[in-house]
Amino acid sequence: MIVANKAKIHEMAENLAEMDAVKGRSLWTDARRRFLQNKAATVSLFVLTLIVLFSFIGPYFAVWTNEQIDWSVLGMVAEKGQPSFETGHFFGTDSLGRDLYSRVIQGTRISLSVGFVGAFVAVLIGTFYGAISGYVGGRTDQIMMRIVDILMAIPGMFVLILMLVVFGRSILMLFVAIGLLAWLDMSRIVRGQTLSIKGKEFIEAARATGVTNAKIITRHVVPNLLGVVVVYASLLVPGMILAESGISFLGLGVQEPSTSWGALISDGARTIRYDTEWQLLFPLAFFVTSLFCFYFIGDGLRDALDPKDR
Amino acid sequence: MLNYVIKRVGFAIPTMLILIVFSYVLMHAAPGGPFTSEKPLPPQVLANIEAKYGLDQPLWRQIINYVWGILVEFDFGPSFRYKDRSVNDIIAQGFPVTIKYGSWSFVVAVGIGIPLGVIAAVRQNTWIDYFAVGFSIGAAVLPNFVMAPLLVIVFTLWLGWLPGGGWNGGDFEHLVMPVIALSTSYMASIARISRSSMLEVLNSNFIRTARAKGLPERTVILRHALKPAMLPVISYLGPAFVGIITGSFIIDLYFSTGGIGIHFVNAALNRDYSVIMGLTVLVGSLTIIFNLLVDLIYAWIDPKIRY
Repeated sequence: MIVANKAKIHEMAENLAEMDAVKGRSLWTDARRRFLQNKAATVSLFVLTLIVLFSFIGPYFAVWTNEQIDWSVLGMVAEKGQPSFETGHFFGTDSLGRDLYSRVIQGTRISLSVGFVGAFVAVLIGTFYGAISGYVGGRTDQIMMRIVDILMAIPGMFVLILMLVVFGRSILMLFVAIGLLAWLDMSRIVRGQTLSIKGKEFIEAARATGVTNAKIITRHVVPNLLGVVVVYASLLVPGMILAESGISFLGLGVQEPSTSWGALISDGARTIRYDTEWQLLFPLAFFVTSLFCFYFIGDGLRDALDPKDR
Repeated sequence: MLNYVIKRVGFAIPTMLILIVFSYVLMHAAPGGPFTSEKPLPPQVLANIEAKYGLDQPLWRQIINYVWGILVEFDFGPSFRYKDRSVNDIIAQGFPVTIKYGSWSFVVAVGIGIPLGVIAAVRQNTWIDYFAVGFSIGAAVLPNFVMAPLLVIVFTLWLGWLPGGGWNGGDFEHLVMPVIALSTSYMASIARISRSSMLEVLNSNFIRTARAKGLPERTVILRHALKPAMLPVISYLGPAFVGIITGSFIIDLYFSTGGIGIHFVNAALNRDYSVIMGLTVLVGSLTIIFNLLVDLIYAWIDPKIRY
């Protein structure tokens, strides 16, 4: 009886020795697993990566540059400017005889960078503003949030155009102005989160050991906000792209010879009466596909990083 | 309640003032000033023009005059580009148009969006739910400047049913496409918000109680669930209003409807500061008033709001 037990104990000990240590799963490992389980989000990420890659690799296959005018199609764009491999205009030409393939690539680059840079500016300002407001609290918090309330009451697009007129229409101004207007929601969300983090024990511990407020905000509060920030930022990117495209559609955004999805859609939309639908449909396809991808990725990130919201 | 109303109004008025002052200072800060053109004017002529528009006075004086003109005399001043037109003329010409298709878009977005979302939530996981969800995802990537050309392709070029633009006093034919283009994405958002909020309410305890005591499903939904479920929708109406007004830029540009949007864009391209500023102030004030109304309705419906 005892011997049998001993054998069992040996066996168990051996098994234990062979077993690997259990790997701890961090929040981010968990989140990645949940994200990858979401098929729509994974496919979207893949498609979006393809679009980004295309905007970098695409130019090597281009026959025409984006500024070159194909004089042979000029005046007969509807007949000769159609998409074809023979002429080298894979997506056709625009109404001025420029190669749409190259222009779509350029537009993709600009629109995506406006999206990412604008979102980055908004996230940076919004996170710190919200974190400071929520962490400091009291009267400072009240004043800071009142300012946000006031700014939110002003219709952003009008002010944005006002700023573009006053400071000149340039792509840099567009980046800054869009980012400057988009941080408001972010700061509110971050403030709310900060208020709940502020009450946690580890903040109290940090304060008890004499860490300065500035350091508590940058080292303890902001890293714990990352989940919310990432989710919201992923929804900001398509919002920025929409805003930029809307302004460029009006002719107030990106200026020639540069272009963006909005400007290309605008050009295409103006010429649809002349049987040149491809001028609208190619940029539109890129625009719609990318926005779809951004929304699904945002959705996947929310499920992955904010599980309580399901 | 009265206290709350006073507090909200007391907040709206300084916001409006800040908006006016902000746009004026921004305009003043513009490099070159409003009368700089490629051909430089002789300094004496420039001084005369500035004196005519009151731009030679100190900044604080100009701002007071401007605010006074708007609030007391309802006068937005003259256009800096067109001698014979005032900003008031432009507003009088464009605003009724924008209001007409704007309010129709609002009505369509709310009138179809809310029922669609509520029905989708009540009949969760049926074809109508899938349709509503699919529609709200699809329409999120179809903003007005994408809808407008697509509508023209289908209804004007292929089917030939509707005119591709123009206003003609805002009759039905000329109203259809602007309204659809402008309302689609907001309809989708409203449907999505009402669906998720309705689902949440339908799963809550008081609805279970209402069902448990044997109320007919119809009463449960219409009398008990609908009101609390509408709260998030109401708070979305403010942003939707702003979006629809802002969308008028694109509608006016694409359909040549002649609303304030086209005047704003033209003024922006011509650097006609007083027009840009006047329209910004007008729309900003409208937005602030509308948000105030939304807040008050919200407070009136939601018993949880403390005054």
